[in-house]
Amino acid sequence: MYTNPVITSPLIDTTMKTSPAKWNLDPAPESTDHIAIQKRYDLFIGGKFVAPAKKKYFKTINPATEEVLSEIAEADASDVDRAVKAARKAYNEVWSVMPAASRGKYIFRIARLLQERAREFAVIETMDGGKPIRESRDVDVPLAAAHFFYYAGWADKLAYAFPAKTAKPLGVVGQIIPWNFPLLMAAWKIAPALAAGNTVVLKPAETTSLTALKLAELIRDAGLPDGVVNIVTGAGETGKALVGHKDIDKIAFTGSTEVGKMIQRSLAGTGKKLTLELGGKAANIIFEDAAIDQAVEGIVNGIFFNQGHVCCAGSRLFVQESVASEVIRRLKHRMASLVTGDPLDKNTDVGAINSRQQLETIQKYLALGKKEGLEMFQVNGSTPTKGFWCKPTLFTDVAQSSIIAREEIFGPVLAIQSFRTIDEVIDKANNTPYGLSAGVWTDKGSKVFNLTSRLKAGVVWANTFNKFDPTSPFGGYKESGFGREGGMHGLGAYVNLS
Amino acid sequence: MAVKKATTQPKSQPERIDIPVNKTYKIFINGAFPRTESGRYTEIKDARGEFLANVCLSSRKDFRNAVVAARGAQQSWQYRNAYNKSQIAYRIAEMLHQKEGLFVAEMVQMGYTAQQAGKEFNQSVDLLVYYTGWCDKYIQVFSAVNPVASSHFNFSVPEPTGIVAALANNKSALLGMVQAVIPAICGGNTVVALASETYPLCAVSFAEVLATSDVPAGIINILTGKRAELQSHFASHMDVNALIAWDISTADQVNLVKVAAENVKRTHFYESEKTDETGPEYIMDLQEIKTTWHPIEVISGSSSGY
Repeated sequence: MYTNPVITSPLIDTTMKTSPAKWNLDPAPESTDHIAIQKRYDLFIGGKFVAPAKKKYFKTINPATEEVLSEIAEADASDVDRAVKAARKAYNEVWSVMPAASRGKYIFRIARLLQERAREFAVIETMDGGKPIRESRDVDVPLAAAHFFYYAGWADKLAYAFPAKTAKPLGVVGQIIPWNFPLLMAAWKIAPALAAGNTVVLKPAETTSLTALKLAELIRDAGLPDGVVNIVTGAGETGKALVGHKDIDKIAFTGSTEVGKMIQRSLAGTGKKLTLELGGKAANIIFEDAAIDQAVEGIVNGIFFNQGHVCCAGSRLFVQESVASEVIRRLKHRMASLVTGDPLDKNTDVGAINSRQQLETIQKYLALGKKEGLEMFQVNGSTPTKGFWCKPTLFTDVAQSSIIAREEIFGPVLAIQSFRTIDEVIDKANNTPYGLSAGVWTDKGSKVFNLTSRLKAGVVWANTFNKFDPTSPFGGYKESGFGREGGMHGLGAYVNLS
Repeated sequence: MAVKKATTQPKSQPERIDIPVNKTYKIFINGAFPRTESGRYTEIKDARGEFLANVCLSSRKDFRNAVVAARGAQQSWQYRNAYNKSQIAYRIAEMLHQKEGLFVAEMVQMGYTAQQAGKEFNQSVDLLVYYTGWCDKYIQVFSAVNPVASSHFNFSVPEPTGIVAALANNKSALLGMVQAVIPAICGGNTVVALASETYPLCAVSFAEVLATSDVPAGIINILTGKRAELQSHFASHMDVNALIAWDISTADQVNLVKVAAENVKRTHFYESEKTDETGPEYIMDLQEIKTTWHPIEVISGSSSGY
């Protein structure tokens, strides 16, 4: 049996009551004076920032303060058409005929420039999206740079990735990304597409366009040929225009399962290729022989990382019955020391909810959970008066049939169930239309592999959670989508094989 | 001969009259040979337009029963070791090969020339032997150990998508059926396949081969019937994970994907004229890549990795 080490720090409430251990932390805000956000951003087409045809702009706000950060161009179908034409021209005249090694060098340059400007990108990412600076600084931006760096090297080595086949680029690729990891998702999409020799039209999410536009500046600075990467901003209609454009060869989409299905339908019979990275409802499974404190850290990282705005979030917790009360007690204790608040503060663990709309969605689910009679737990403490906030939340004794356990909430809301046997928990874990990720916590190696091979999910974390790496393929089973991003397998999404 | 006809009328009273005992062509669900629950049939005529046999016009309900069988069998099939799967695939080739006379005769009766029939039969056996060899190799070829920048052991392997609904090539009696089911099962999936509408008899005889090849019940299920009637059910069933189909018009592709998207089915449309029937891509089209992470212990600041 695992025993808890003696903790002597006066800061920690060793009685482990669920009342918050009071961490009187001084504010530690990240400075914002070294960053430049323009009042208005145009579309990035053919290597230049150009005004949208209809001259329409929408505001982007800081979800932690509700202050307007900038105005973003809204691209309509004619703007999308211009971008696709620029991408096609760049594909035909430059990018597809350039030596692969040179393509690689351009992508390496993007990676290096991004590393140089990492702090600026992290701050803007946090201001525009609400995620804690600790995460944008330590996860999003470094991983985005690493992604470009990794795929850069593949450009002249594609033959090694596809045995007995010849890999050719697809052409012009349309890419649509979500608001939860704005820069990182742009990197996941752009880097492998460029390495394989495609040109790109990328649409960021409407609430988080800024880092994609800053990336456009950086791509211009890197000297990439005009039109190789084009960024069109806007909401659903812009995305629809991109998906429906006749001269697009492939769509790569990350977002909701609902929209993913619509895209799959709309591409039927067009010959356009498609990869989808959609929703999830991951099971995180804690066995009685797990290292409980590590598992609790894993639970916290699994569901409260990025406010739970993570498609692979460990939103369904399964705890073996014999340790359930212990795990929940320690989890509540741990939650009491999570700092929810100013995302720019370096001590913040849980930042702002990305938008008012998303906050309303989360609140709707909280109300539904309570209406179902579930027990809801949130730690005490206040959140800022302005901005969009949701404190870390647990529901205990959740049933498989509960809406909290079935639907993707995309917020810091954990549904806890208990189990007795391995077969029971595997059945429950797999009993979902999703299959993006899963977590297993146990000290027994053979049990780890039994679970990891039987869980129907594209990424399985054993004794860890929410780890990402450019070399590691990511993507779902079932209604969580198809195709992989990252690693050698991620190249397959951007080539034709013959 | 596959279907024998009693052509010689007895003149006197011989000891025994040779009245052929012809086979009833039934469908293949969960290792058994039921008739369609709908009770419907269609006549198959020979090359001269004369009655050859009746085959089942399978219904949506037959398809749903077959999917239940396929789902029930999938897990245990997936976890059979690769060596065992490959031996079973090879056993299918053995069982098929010894029945050359039956299959060639059926094909000729349905309108093939003897030469075409012999060629397709040999190709079918060869394709089985070819995929036998892939069972325990594709995982190595398409897996990776990923050098992540943290102290984790990280690897990616292909796993079966699950239940595959297959609309076999209409233009082929045997090879199309082998092509529709073998790459799928070599990859650990289970299959429900609709036989060629034009040449359905060999698919049923192939099911009889499967039934004597140590293929567990439910792994391959074979229906005969009308594509136009069944294809939308193949595409829409919520417990089917992938749809593969040969020679589907663009208009039909649109209709099928419209319903297939309801559970984000993997859909793959192949053209029999254009595609080579060999290659691991037919296996990989029906695989998911699973990536597993596990920490590596870090002691005194030193870590190992891969």
